[in-house]
Amino acid sequence: MSEILDRARDQPVRAGIVDCDIHPTMRSKKELDPWLPERWREHLAEYGAQVRIPFTSGTQYPKSAPATARRDAWPPSGGPPGSDLAFMREQLLDANDIAWGVLAPLSAAARNTDLGAAYCNAVNEWQIENWVKPEPRLRACVTVAQDDAALAVAEIEHRAGDPNFVQILLPSKTTEPLGRKRYWPIFAGACAAKLPVAVHVNSVGGGYASTAGGWPSFYLQDHHLNVHSFQAQIASLVLEGVFEHHPGLKMVMIEGGFAWLPMLAWRLDKAWERMRDEVPECRRPPSEYIREHLWFTTQPMEEPEQPEHLRDTIDWIGWDKIMFATDYPHWDYDDPRTAFPIRLSNAEHSTVFRDNACGLYGLA
Amino acid sequence: MLPNGAIDCDVHVAVPAMAALLPYMSQAWREMIVTRGTDGLDLASYPVGAPIACRPDWRPANGKPGTDLAILQREVLDGFGLRAAIVNCLHGGQAVHSEDLARALCQAVNDWLVAEWLDKDARLRASIVVPAQNPGYAADEIDRCAHDHRFVQVQLLASNEITLGRKYYWPIYEAAARHGLPIGIHGGSAYRHAPTSVGWPSHYAQDYVSHTMGLESALLSLMAEGVFNHVPDLRVVLIESGVSWLPGFLWRAIKSWRGLRGETPWFTKSPADLVRQHVRLTSQPFDAPGAEEVRKILTHIDCDEMLLFSSDFPHWHFDGIDALPPGTPYALVHKMALDNPLATYPRLKETLS
Repeated sequence: MSEILDRARDQPVRAGIVDCDIHPTMRSKKELDPWLPERWREHLAEYGAQVRIPFTSGTQYPKSAPATARRDAWPPSGGPPGSDLAFMREQLLDANDIAWGVLAPLSAAARNTDLGAAYCNAVNEWQIENWVKPEPRLRACVTVAQDDAALAVAEIEHRAGDPNFVQILLPSKTTEPLGRKRYWPIFAGACAAKLPVAVHVNSVGGGYASTAGGWPSFYLQDHHLNVHSFQAQIASLVLEGVFEHHPGLKMVMIEGGFAWLPMLAWRLDKAWERMRDEVPECRRPPSEYIREHLWFTTQPMEEPEQPEHLRDTIDWIGWDKIMFATDYPHWDYDDPRTAFPIRLSNAEHSTVFRDNACGLYGLA
Repeated sequence: MLPNGAIDCDVHVAVPAMAALLPYMSQAWREMIVTRGTDGLDLASYPVGAPIACRPDWRPANGKPGTDLAILQREVLDGFGLRAAIVNCLHGGQAVHSEDLARALCQAVNDWLVAEWLDKDARLRASIVVPAQNPGYAADEIDRCAHDHRFVQVQLLASNEITLGRKYYWPIYEAAARHGLPIGIHGGSAYRHAPTSVGWPSHYAQDYVSHTMGLESALLSLMAEGVFNHVPDLRVVLIESGVSWLPGFLWRAIKSWRGLRGETPWFTKSPADLVRQHVRLTSQPFDAPGAEEVRKILTHIDCDEMLLFSSDFPHWHFDGIDALPPGTPYALVHKMALDNPLATYPRLKETLS
């Protein structure tokens, strides 16, 4: 038996878990047509989205599987994985007794932010009409074109108060680090709308190399090193004073794992202690802001050589800040029965698989 | 406490100014540099005035940190009762764009290291500063310096033009292995790319924090590209890495490798096994707040052969004489300070035992 499957530690799924990272997809781009103005439909047909990679189609790092998906997630009805609600119900929601699922629609960020804002508006309508209305267990994210803060805030204000939306969604790779002041109106808008801001991993952002030492050769590297975008964002948010100036802001880091967080917080604390004169807007030890303002979803769960070491990590982070996610339908999906390499107590299971997300998102 | 006769695997010296290097250059390069007013070139990864760049009581009255042999002798060599210390000179010769200028500067730095430091205190050893901008030049420089066995390592910055595992750089690793020299990869960047994958931060503190990411990326690149298959004897020392990122890095690397190794069929050993076999880390800084966290991280690393004692003089990570991470078990202290350095650096063993 392979070392991956030889785990005899299946845990029963208890009633009503929350999945904090589900990816809905479109059968075809035409699904957005009802909400996308003709100008932008034509623009996309003629020029495409113009993201910061050398290709108009395909990805810069060929993925591990078609559509980056589980091989069993292709709907029998046709269409790509994640595009068929009935099949998603059967394969994900019902099979795992998921009481609430948070959608994270992914799209490449267009350089043209007017296009980006129109596209995000259409995606938000599409989430409601095609997913949340027909399936009341699902909740939507407010997608925004973050690089034009004024347009992003307009979209947030438009969605404020709509209970179908539980958070604002940003990519982990942006045009500048998120703590820079160009993004602060988005954080103020989120606080005014009483919505958390989520950051979901993306592989193509502002066009910067995936590492300070250049571009990796392989998906194996690029996929792994995406985690650094979260680390850089957290350092920026804390040291620029975003949490100091937005005390009500809550943020969720999605699909970045979490085992790196204690180290980052310790390193930030030491750097802050030595160089706080450089970052006066960060008025307390960075670890305090991190502990108060940040939540983390579990997938892709790190896999220690000794499973019990994961318990040290979560103890350091705080069990109240870890929220389960599957990342359905992607290839590195975490199964709620087997994802945790350690056996959780009932209380730990409830808090990670349900209560933390219910509390943060007001699900009840 | 540190045992007597410990070996410090990372102390820094600095070139005071370009004038100090001129005697070690050809007439043509001297004229070029003087005529064009070329000076400075201190690396942005470690601004000399930043508090972290020098402990207040180790800062010389005049000049840059790490330019005064007497301070190094008093505070480190005598202060810690050392048998030997490995000098790493961070210099802009590793970051200028011209390959030829890079070669001239690195050659001068290495000859200056011999004359101004190694010849003046028998306890000192050094890393060869190489122009990675042209790996052929870098290999030549290794061959040129290696006859002097006080050079015990080859020094690279973590972040360069392209990722360090690419075949482009393999001549450097081949040359290092030829002479039994470990590759020391030091945190820091030639700034060919933004310091983070989300762009340019506002503050030096963010650049500094991001050094761990540069080192992790370099390490993953070496493994993924098959450098350790090509040069099976290669030893890599990650210098000034922060250390505590290693378990989380490995846990994720193992998971990604299990799922994606089909893309890199030569990557047959687990990242954890490769790292324990080929990689060592200097002990300062060790990013953890107290003894309990340090001990747990050491348990997670689960290898008492990986850490090499370092003071990281003159950088400011600790005060007084507490150069060891808090809570380091005594048995490990002895290995870090003596056994592991001797096992890692064949030339130390040869000249010290």
